[in-house]
Amino acid sequence: MSDIASSSFVRQDLLTERPAPVKTTGFVGLMRTRLFNSPTNILLTIVGALLLWFTIVPSVRFLLVDAVWSGKDRTACLTENAGFAVGACWPYIQAKLPQLIYGFYPEAERWRVNLTFVLAVVLLVPLLVPRLPAKGLNASLFFVAFPIVAFFLLHGGGIKGFGLSWTAGLLELFDESISGAGQALLSLSKTSAAGPLLWLVGSLIVLVGTAIHWLILPLIWLRDQIQGAGQSLWADFAVTAAVVCLIAFGLGGGLRTGWRALASSIAAFVAIAAVIKLMGLDRGGLPVVTTNLWGGLLVTLVVSVTGIVTSLPIGIALALGRRSTIPLIRIFSIAFIEFWRGVPLITVLFFATYMLPLFLPGNFTVDGLVRALIGIALFTGAYQAENVRGGLAAIPRGQGEAAAALGLSWWKTTSLIVLPQALRHVIPNLVNSFISLFKDTSLVSIVALFDLLGSLRASFSDPKWSTPSTAFTGFAFAGIIYFIFCFGMSRYSLFVEHRLNAHRRN
Amino acid sequence: MSTEARKPPPQIALKIRRLLGGKAGWNGVAVQFAFAAILGWIGYEIVSNARANLENQHIAAGFGFLRNNAGFDVNQTLISYTGSDTFLRVFVVGLLNTLVVSVVGIVFATLIGFIVALCRLSPNWLLSRVGEIYVEIIRNLPLLFQILFWYLAVLAALPNPRQSISLLGLAFISNRGLVVPSPIGERGLEPFLAMLALGIVASLALRFYARRALFQEGRMIRIWPYVLGLLFGLPLATMLVFGPPFSFELPQLKGFNFAGGSRIIPEFVALTLALSTYTAAFIAEIVRAGILSVHKGQMEAGSSLGLSRGTTLRLIVVPQAMRVIVPPLTNQYLNLTKNSSLAVAIGYPDLVSVFAGTSLSQTGQAIEIIAMTMGIYLLISLLTSAIMSVYGWRVSRSLGA
Repeated sequence: MSDIASSSFVRQDLLTERPAPVKTTGFVGLMRTRLFNSPTNILLTIVGALLLWFTIVPSVRFLLVDAVWSGKDRTACLTENAGFAVGACWPYIQAKLPQLIYGFYPEAERWRVNLTFVLAVVLLVPLLVPRLPAKGLNASLFFVAFPIVAFFLLHGGGIKGFGLSWTAGLLELFDESISGAGQALLSLSKTSAAGPLLWLVGSLIVLVGTAIHWLILPLIWLRDQIQGAGQSLWADFAVTAAVVCLIAFGLGGGLRTGWRALASSIAAFVAIAAVIKLMGLDRGGLPVVTTNLWGGLLVTLVVSVTGIVTSLPIGIALALGRRSTIPLIRIFSIAFIEFWRGVPLITVLFFATYMLPLFLPGNFTVDGLVRALIGIALFTGAYQAENVRGGLAAIPRGQGEAAAALGLSWWKTTSLIVLPQALRHVIPNLVNSFISLFKDTSLVSIVALFDLLGSLRASFSDPKWSTPSTAFTGFAFAGIIYFIFCFGMSRYSLFVEHRLNAHRRN
Repeated sequence: MSTEARKPPPQIALKIRRLLGGKAGWNGVAVQFAFAAILGWIGYEIVSNARANLENQHIAAGFGFLRNNAGFDVNQTLISYTGSDTFLRVFVVGLLNTLVVSVVGIVFATLIGFIVALCRLSPNWLLSRVGEIYVEIIRNLPLLFQILFWYLAVLAALPNPRQSISLLGLAFISNRGLVVPSPIGERGLEPFLAMLALGIVASLALRFYARRALFQEGRMIRIWPYVLGLLFGLPLATMLVFGPPFSFELPQLKGFNFAGGSRIIPEFVALTLALSTYTAAFIAEIVRAGILSVHKGQMEAGSSLGLSRGTTLRLIVVPQAMRVIVPPLTNQYLNLTKNSSLAVAIGYPDLVSVFAGTSLSQTGQAIEIIAMTMGIYLLISLLTSAIMSVYGWRVSRSLGA
């Protein structure tokens, strides 16, 4: 014991306190470690601070400090009247706000636009919050029901027929076209060198046309009967509902398991009937507001939401087509995707505006807005196809093989096993595409549609408000709106990505 | 008793089935027939409708209109053009204008993009925040918005030529555009250009030789002094012998506008500014992702081999990052080229503006003109993607995978 005591050293007095370690957290720590830790870094900090100083200070001065907040016309925003160097001219925005949001939509009808915006928000928000239930119902409401309701709200007008008369009309047109093509070939065969071959093909097509004609004859007879009677819309509705419900019942498994499908289709038709009754579609609906009166943020949102809703099915179909093993379908999908991805959107809009009307039958006019929408849907669809294809490629082969081993058909494998997983994988990419789509909607102003940017540009030419700061004020306002939408979407995409990668975090 | 393997059954039918219908077999063939019939029907409808509509509007189909006189002026031309030239020449003029704005935009976008990426990667907190703010703001505003902002707000707020901003008395910025001194060729121009070309060829040859020596014999040859001498010394020597290759004509204010010098139209300035700053934000993100994709261990391995930081970056990190960066970077270049078509919004005479815009409204030949415009863009992007797939093939080969 004493041995140990003699050979070992035992400190008798306390050590002097060492200085606390340098703080590396908090503001001071940040300054020490990442701003002022070396001469170069100090220099860089000064450069950064100067950059910020020379951008943020003038912006804040322009937007808030030097701004004019009230006034009736341009005189309020002139330097000689205000007495100081005028920044933003906010009364100009106040005066032009209705035009920037609604365009020339009649003032008495603007509640319809507001109602549509409210409906969109009410349906969209629960769809975006992952914890809320009933995503399937919510998605079908937003992606299928909402666009139709929004159309009748914004555009107005009613419907004369329902499923039965539409189907009959379409089939009739198709039949006419087929027979016409056959007749054209037959008349060509009399002069052409390859006459017999053309004659054979032509008469085959005419035969098909005649067969279709006889097949759809009962349908057309039924339609004529219904339209002859009073209350044609409701009779048509009842027949369509009965037929569709029966088909759903049959496909759902008949007496054994079809009851669920039957119940949901009946519920859907009851809802449709309620909407028709509520909006008075059977009595002509709301007053029609033609699309050339639409403008501002309304057009921006209509174009982007329609683009989002229509591009996704196109994209999924093209992506599946591109992965298909059937040669013709794969080649067609590749060519289609690469074509639309290879050309600028503005040429697509020119195509839709000038070329598309030439391709349609002469008696068939398409609204300018709808033409632009078709172009945007095709263009965005091609980009979405590549996104979806990335998701499909990320699904392990084993998933499809396991489904095949269970005896599922290709359609069931795709729709129940592969696609749901693939789409979940690519939600962030899809949202990023939606951001670029939202930004690209500004291009419709080039083909004479007045979206937010187009309305803004139009408002610059108003002599009542022409001051040196008008343009800057307008761009500041529109820029804030665009930024809020795009930045919000990009944050949402990051949030979803974070959630999807939860299992990879450590 | 021998058990010879039985011959496999003839596979011809199977192979044909596979070829025609893919995995789906005869069902696939049927689907293809139906699909072809639908496509044929749609094609027939389009052709017959287009023919009927054109007849109604009295428009003659075909490309004959390209030989007609255009009869309108274009305010920026790289090749000589007057109103009495043909529409074909308008097409070429527009295409060249598109290419010029794209090339200039690409150069500036790459420069700004790399600078912003370096800012974002910098250890300095403030500078990386500045880079981030730049990227977020630029990426979240539509490109057309930015083009119009530069054109209608910033450039329109510049003073008129009489009060223009002078840069050292050489160049002048006003709301009529940027006026710069224009070079005029002198006696020494031809030898100067010849020597410059010679210098470039010789330096390339030298580099080829040095790399061969390095890879095959392991000899390091220091070539940069010779390259500098070839590239700068030779042209300088010709300047001493033959006199200066060109002189500059300075712009002078005469009346309300400038005489002399060459004018860069404000549309070009606005378009280049917007395109390069916009694309730079995307390029910055690509470069940053590429550099971050190289594992930290690579840098550490380099320094444990005794390489300096610069050498490690140059020889180890950058080549690996480039593999990740180059494909999306080309994609951005392609996007910039396609986005240059937004010129039509501010009246810069690019392909879409003068050909699909003015020429279309003058002739009404919608199908031919839009097909030609789309075709040329398609050609550019298909060529680029062909080059990129060759690049991808070379990269995968060099990886030995």
